[in-house]
Formats: sequence, structure tokens, C-alpha cells
Amino acid sequence: MAEDYKILKQGAEAKLYICNYLGKPALIKERFKKNYRHSDLDTSITKERIKNEARSIVRCKTAGVKTPCLYLVDFERRRIYMQHFVESITIKDFVINIVSKEQINCDGDIILDVVAKMIGEAVRKMHDNNIIHGDLTSSNMLLVPKISSAGVADNSKWLDVANLELVMIDFGLSFIDTSTEDKGVDLYVLERALISTHNDYPDLFNKILEAYKKFNKNNVKEILSKFEEVRARGRKRTMVG
Amino acid sequence: MVIAIGFEGSANKLGVGIVRDGEILANCRRTYITPPGEGFLPRETAEHHQQNIHGVLEEALEQSGILPQDIDVVCYTKGPGMGAPLMVCAIVARTCAKLWNKPILGVNHCIGHIEMGRLITKANNPTVLYVSGGNTQIIAYSRQRYRIFGETIDIAVGNCLDRFARVLKLSNAPSPGYNIEQAAKRGKKYLHLPYCVKGMDVSFSGILSYMEDKIDDLLKEYTPEDLCYSLQETVFAMLVEITERAMAHCGSDEVLIVGGVGCNERLQEMMGVMCAERGSKIFATDERFCIDNGVMIAHAGALAFESGARMDFKDTTITQRYRTDDVLVTWRND
Repeated sequence: MAEDYKILKQGAEAKLYICNYLGKPALIKERFKKNYRHSDLDTSITKERIKNEARSIVRCKTAGVKTPCLYLVDFERRRIYMQHFVESITIKDFVINIVSKEQINCDGDIILDVVAKMIGEAVRKMHDNNIIHGDLTSSNMLLVPKISSAGVADNSKWLDVANLELVMIDFGLSFIDTSTEDKGVDLYVLERALISTHNDYPDLFNKILEAYKKFNKNNVKEILSKFEEVRARGRKRTMVG
Repeated sequence: MVIAIGFEGSANKLGVGIVRDGEILANCRRTYITPPGEGFLPRETAEHHQQNIHGVLEEALEQSGILPQDIDVVCYTKGPGMGAPLMVCAIVARTCAKLWNKPILGVNHCIGHIEMGRLITKANNPTVLYVSGGNTQIIAYSRQRYRIFGETIDIAVGNCLDRFARVLKLSNAPSPGYNIEQAAKRGKKYLHLPYCVKGMDVSFSGILSYMEDKIDDLLKEYTPEDLCYSLQETVFAMLVEITERAMAHCGSDEVLIVGGVGCNERLQEMMGVMCAERGSKIFATDERFCIDNGVMIAHAGALAFESGARMDFKDTTITQRYRTDDVLVTWRND
């Protein structure tokens, strides 16, 4: 395999390269060394996150949550090779660039409702299978067309919500746990991320939570009361000094 | 031109500061120091503030050369903080406002830190890491508010360090965090501790209870210096990681560190390495401005006052809980 990768993006903890893996468009996620932290700590964190990511991707498959396909794990080079969705948009960009533009003719709210439902259900499916994502933000969710609309040049392809699928990505902080506490925290992390990033859509999280509740009655009460508890801890904490 | 006086006493530091249009005329402070192994409690802290506030006020007025009639606005910390110590400053501020017949303004403590940091470092629109004994927040400005992107879900990082200092019976003078920092410089052996990052949030209580529970066994294998070193390396790595995450999320290329823990040089160093690797800039201040002080309250109050904020006398209360994002930022229009 030739090493002629094109760097797609440098995120907070990994470099993303585009490559071709056995004829398929693939993404290499390389968790490069962080020189600010102790090298023992860096090694153990990196190894653990690569493991978590690989494990949760596989587990999501059985839970019916769409994620990129896992192709290869290379501990030596701190890399994961996975499926690359050439046509995709993050929920963050979708809300900021697509939904807000459609707001003028009132379609924005409708498409946002549909997407919120997809998010709520996906998160619920993960939690039902004890997968805690650990970093639920609008940057870590992608929308991908079910049937390729590569020919369509403008943004209109993202308005056909019936043709869109939600893909969860970035499982580096994920882990498997049955406790309601961790599920509550997961929801809290999502709420906080949405409030700070999409403060012009204050309803977004509630719509997601609604779908989360409706999807399955099992256990939902316990998770929500834990969520309220975590929230109260955050909001009402006395902050001295 | 606005001349403002600020009273700060939300925790164990008591400060009075005077500013004139961002120029610092006086920055006086006293710290309530408890014996090793003990933390500060609200009542004793309030008593300390009561005994010292007049002296500090006099010192500040003298140092600045400003007469009470020159002052345009009296500012004090409205919250967040410990109730009793906050009350001491609020009462003195209210009395001064009445005596001198000046307007009075309550200021959010966290906003004070942020604006002080921006004033000293000239950072324009930074991602702010606010770390102190009571707070751990990652903050970025958007649409008239300082929004909290990440924070601790249990105890603050400074609280974790302070309480560990108590476990080791380190001195509280000048501050427990300072003594941990000095001890950590002599630490060599790294102990793996729980590492807990949840998205852009962090949790420290697990690390603290791990160390508290195992301290006797740990001391057989590690020196106290090793433990301070390992603790600092671990918690600061968590802080730098969530800061970097927030920067990537917001597309920001400036970091400002504020709050008492912010004067830790190892934290600044680690943040500096992260910033250099990203091509970003780091801004930090030293203990004069990082640690709670009156100037930050005066400066933040002056900014709000200039942009037209006023407060009715009957609203000049205190509150122990006051979120950073509760404040409408009227003095920024970007």
C-alpha cells in the first residue's frame, strides 16, 4: 500500500487522512503523540481509545446504529482505518448552514424535527445496548445520503431528509457500561454541547430527548431521573473562588 | 473616563482594587490561611474578611491616590462564592456607595476573571480555561454571552489539588496549590491515576478518592513528591485535552488561562506545548491577577457601567450560585 495520503483534517487528537483501502475510499485516523502529556500517560490513553473506538464501532453494528465500517487497527502506528463517507455533512454544519437558510420558508423546522428524531433514536439504541458514546456533539454525527446524489451540486440534496441516514462517529471516548449514571452523563454532555454550539435552536435537545423517550419505554424513567440528577449537580454546584 | 473600585471576597481571598480605564491604580489583597490539613470554612473566612476589609480599603485608596469623590462606580462580587464572605464585601460596598453617594454594581466573579485576563494579556477572542478552587470551566464568547463549553461534572480542579494537599498535610501558605506545584517539581516516578474526560467535561472526584483511599499503600512505593507530580500531570493533561477539544470545536486559535490554578507554571507549560503544536497562541497571567483580586471586579464592573448597566440598590444582593452564562455581555459587540 503506497503511503500517498492526503490529509483531510487535523482534529483535537487525531489526524485524518484519506486513502484507498482495497479499492474502497477509506479514512485513516491517526492518534498522533501529544507532547504536552507524560509519555506513559499518552501511550495508555491512545491505546485505550483505539481499543474503545474499534470495540464500539463493532458493537454499534449489532445495535443497528450506523457507523463507519472498520477496516484495520494498527496499534504500532496508532491508526484506525475505516470507511470514508465522501458525501456527508456533520449535524453541526447541517444546522448552521442548511437548516438556518431554510428557516425563511418554514421548512427548516420540519427537517430539523426529522433529524432530531434520528439522533434521539440512535442515541437510545446505543444506550439500550450499553454503549456510552462519551462525546456526543453535533460534530460527531454525520448525515449521509442513502442513495448517492453525487450529481447534485448544490445544497438541495441535504433537504431530502427521507434519503438521509445518521452515522455516528468518533468513539474514542466511548465505553461499555450498564449503569444509568453513565447514560445520564452521556445525555448531559449532548445537551451542553448543543446549548453552547446551537444556542439559536434552544428546542433542539428537547426534540432529541422526546425521540429518545418514545423509542423504547424500557428503563427510560431511571435514565431520565439520573439525567436530571447529573444536570442539577452541574447547574446548582456552588462555585467558590 | 471611568474610575471604579472593586471589592472581592467570594472565597478565602479578600481584595480591593481600583482601576481607571483599564489602568490599575491599586491591587491590595489579604488571604485567610488555615493550618495544614484544614480547609477554610464560611464563618471563619467571613470573620477574617470583617477584620481586614477596612485596612485593605484604606491601603487601596492610599496606593491609588484617588479620593472617594473621584470614583464613578462601586463594584462588588455578587457571586458565585461562599455566602458569608460574599456578604461582608457586599455590605461594605453598599455602605461606601451610600456614604460617597455613588452608583453600585454587582459583578459575576467568573466574568471578572475573564475580563481581567483579556485586559492584561490583550487576548482578543480567546477560548478561556477558568480553573480555580471552585471552578473548572471552558468558556468561549458567542452572541453576547460567555458560553460554557465544558466544565467539571463534580469538584473543581483546585479543590482536588487543595484536598490532596490536606491529605499530605502540606502547608496552606501561600496556597496549597503552590506547595503541590513545588513538590511536583521534585517528583520523578509517574503513577497511573484514573483519567476521566467526558466529551468536553471532566471529573476529578474519582482521582481524589482513589488517592485518599490508597494513600498509605501509595506512600510505601512513592514519595509525596511523586504523588504530587503524578496528580498534576494527570489532571492538567485532562484540562489541556478538553481545552484543545473546545478550540477545535469552536475553530479558535487563542487560549487564555485564568483563575487561581492558572498561575501554575506546569499547566501553562503544557498548554503552551499544545498551542505550539496547533499553531495557536497562549495567554496567561501571574499570581497578581490569576488569583482572586479586587481589580478584576472593578474592571469588569467598569466595562458594564460604561456600556450602560445599572443596578437598583435593592438588587445589590449576593448569590452563591451564579452561572457565567447568566450574564448578558453588553460591552462586547462582536
